[in-house]
Amino acid sequence: MAAAETALSWHQIVLQTLKRNDIRLVPYVPDRVLTPLIRNLHADPFFNVFATAREEEAVGIVSGAWMGGMRGAMLMQTSGFATLANVLASIVVPSQIPLIMFVSERGTLGEFNWGQSLVCRTMRPVLDSLAMEHHTCTRLDEFEFITDRSIKQAITTQAPVALILSPLLTGGKTLDK
Amino acid sequence: MSTALARNTKVMNRFDLTSRLVAKLKNEEAVVGGIGNTNFDLWAAGHRQQNFYMLGSMGLAFPIALGVALAQPQRRVFALEGDGSLLMQLGCLSTIATLAPKNLTMVIMDNGIYQITGAQPTPAAASADLIAIALASGLANSAWAADEEDFERLIEQSLVADGPTLIGVRIDDKPGTGSTPRDPVQIRERFMQGLGVRQPL
Repeated sequence: MAAAETALSWHQIVLQTLKRNDIRLVPYVPDRVLTPLIRNLHADPFFNVFATAREEEAVGIVSGAWMGGMRGAMLMQTSGFATLANVLASIVVPSQIPLIMFVSERGTLGEFNWGQSLVCRTMRPVLDSLAMEHHTCTRLDEFEFITDRSIKQAITTQAPVALILSPLLTGGKTLDK
Repeated sequence: MSTALARNTKVMNRFDLTSRLVAKLKNEEAVVGGIGNTNFDLWAAGHRQQNFYMLGSMGLAFPIALGVALAQPQRRVFALEGDGSLLMQLGCLSTIATLAPKNLTMVIMDNGIYQITGAQPTPAAASADLIAIALASGLANSAWAADEEDFERLIEQSLVADGPTLIGVRIDDKPGTGSTPRDPVQIRERFMQGLGVRQPL
């Protein structure tokens, strides 16, 4: 079991874990690193996966779907997370919405864009200031455990969670890719 | 001359229109009220368990309603949003046009001002036509309501439309009639009970 699990790539783990937890709705604003995950989600009819124009919009959609009885998760990159402080503080946290966020981490471990590296520094302080659960995922052998347990905890405790996908896990984005 | 002045549409009242809509609801339809006066008038029109009142997150009424509509395709979902709020999230019109849920009816309450903050004109008031923007975003069933009767007709028409509907109404500068209790957990929980997702303890 363990050997079979570790043979999966990070994005296969995300897809399988979402499915196992009956998370069907996946709005996203894309990121280069997330491309294989987004492609595979689109190819799987289990998921209703689509792009939104802005990350706040995806928060609204997942929140509405949760209240209507459908589970969702959203995908974005670091700079997208930086647009969310208002909606996290004004609907997700006070309304106890179990928003599950996957954030592809730009801005560290080989970043080439200064703006990305600066905006990345705002992410964890925002999460901490709202006392939101978050994990930085760096290792493939831990990733399924962190993802599956975090999703279950978010739903049972009705609290949001951010899973930050480190370049150590995904390979990240470098100047030559 | 402003686009608003060029429109052949009556200036109506938010509370009156909201009351007309609520009076038509017989099938536990969901209603999402945008921040400020929009949800104050929804509250004042008579609380229903299927109402969701927003307390922040300006601009998310349509995305939240879209989420409800996707989760419960058999239920009609209405979303009431102010013009200033919609301006914050115009991109959602394209998303809704692409996903095209048949069970979503959206209403824009357009007074051209941020009434609640002191009636400052929006940046769109003198230049933009929100229904034209919606049409250009791909929402083919978008129209200004000429008067109250036309509003009611467009609401009825949306119930049998083959895609999402957006109705623009020009409204006066009156503030909201009521004031929604600001208890986000209770609002969310009651809404979920109203949608049959939760049972009361």
